[in-house]
Amino acid sequence: MSDVLNVRVWRGGEEGEYQSFQVPRRESQTVLDVVSHIQRHLDPSLAYRFACRVGMCGSCAMTVNGVARWTCRTHVSKVVKDGVLELAPLAHLPVVRDLVTDMSVFFDKWAKARGQFHPTATRKDPFARVKPDTPERKNADAGIECIGCGVCYASCDVVQWQPDYLGPAALNRAWTLQNDVRDGAQDERLRAVAGDAGCHACHTHLSCTERCPKQISPTAGIAGLKRAAMKAALKGEL
Amino acid sequence: MNTAWRARNHPAWWAFLVHRISGILLTLFLPVHFWVLGLALHDSARLDGFLHWTDYPLVKLGEFFLVLMLAAHLTGGLRLLALEFLAWRGWQKNLLALAAGLALFAGLAFAYVV
Amino acid sequence: MNTSNQVRLWAAQRLSAMVLGICVIVHLITIIYAVRSGLSADQILARTQGNVAWFAFYGIFVIAVSIHGPIGLRSVLSEWLGWRGRSADIFLLVLAVVLAWLGFRAVWGVYA
Repeated sequence: MSDVLNVRVWRGGEEGEYQSFQVPRRESQTVLDVVSHIQRHLDPSLAYRFACRVGMCGSCAMTVNGVARWTCRTHVSKVVKDGVLELAPLAHLPVVRDLVTDMSVFFDKWAKARGQFHPTATRKDPFARVKPDTPERKNADAGIECIGCGVCYASCDVVQWQPDYLGPAALNRAWTLQNDVRDGAQDERLRAVAGDAGCHACHTHLSCTERCPKQISPTAGIAGLKRAAMKAALKGEL
Repeated sequence: MNTAWRARNHPAWWAFLVHRISGILLTLFLPVHFWVLGLALHDSARLDGFLHWTDYPLVKLGEFFLVLMLAAHLTGGLRLLALEFLAWRGWQKNLLALAAGLALFAGLAFAYVV
Repeated sequence: MNTSNQVRLWAAQRLSAMVLGICVIVHLITIIYAVRSGLSADQILARTQGNVAWFAFYGIFVIAVSIHGPIGLRSVLSEWLGWRGRSADIFLLVLAVVLAWLGFRAVWGVYA
């Protein structure tokens, strides 16, 4: 293990270049440690995001050696190649500056996919009783840990090739809501997520599933949406 | 672009690429295939002429490649149908497709060489 | 194209895929058999002429392929060439018709 890391960091906006920094190598160092070192000791003008630094918020997501990751949960020793680290902003999102992206599109698509819970009960009704071992609840539970970090979105090639594609996170959220027996907007939601810009554009690359730091499989949820949409379309209900 | 390929280097992505490329090649081949067979209608002598080309090793190689594309597209497609309709999970399914593809390939290779 | 029809296109592609799954396995076996027992025009036609079962099989095969291929190509055109919308759909419809026409011509050619 050499003493120094050669860190190439994207500087600029959509146009820009990689700038090299030499960062001292330490044991159990994470990529977040590296970026923070650069900003605090080498170049305070570097823009980057982080918050919890313990793998709970997803704010620190960026492209590390070509792959979307959480920097706080990525050990340098796991990803460094020949002493080189390459840091870039998350893919498929407009770049604000350096390592910071504008995530508006990501959340706009979440809204377009009707990723909001629509209640059917009022405060006067008793609590809903939802058994945890029903198939629907298991489907929902498999996807509700998503914290909207954008790693799956940045990893998806269809997002790159089809600008309107809602993307894995939005569709995963839609799937969890389709499986929520308390929700009252399932017909409209199915209509919102079906079609060329929706679940049917997924080609099962499984990159989202491969990269999700919460081990969620958006692909599985999207397959579920495909089945539900097909049933509805063939019945003329879509 | 180097960046994109570093993220794409996992089995399911290669399975996708094989499936798409084989699909494109098969779609390009089909009209030719249909046209040659259609020669049987009015011009079976010409069809025979085309069929004699299959004696040449290079043509045999091309045919073998086409059969391989067909087998690959079939096994990849069955895998996709399983993932989408049977709600299968996990990369064991990749292994299964790979095994099936290889088995098919081995069987065909043997049959063809023989 | 509205959402409902886009979903129906997808369903048609997957359903034709299931039909083709069977047809292609049969076809692969047939190819191996044909290569080994003879590939001249006369030998092929001896097996298929007047045979209603082969006629039906290849007929279904051609229909399934004419649906499955163009819809599959639709994604490729949209994603890799950026060609989507009405003009692409019309091109693909024409392709489907051409495939079906050439295909049935071939099926008739080896049956009649």
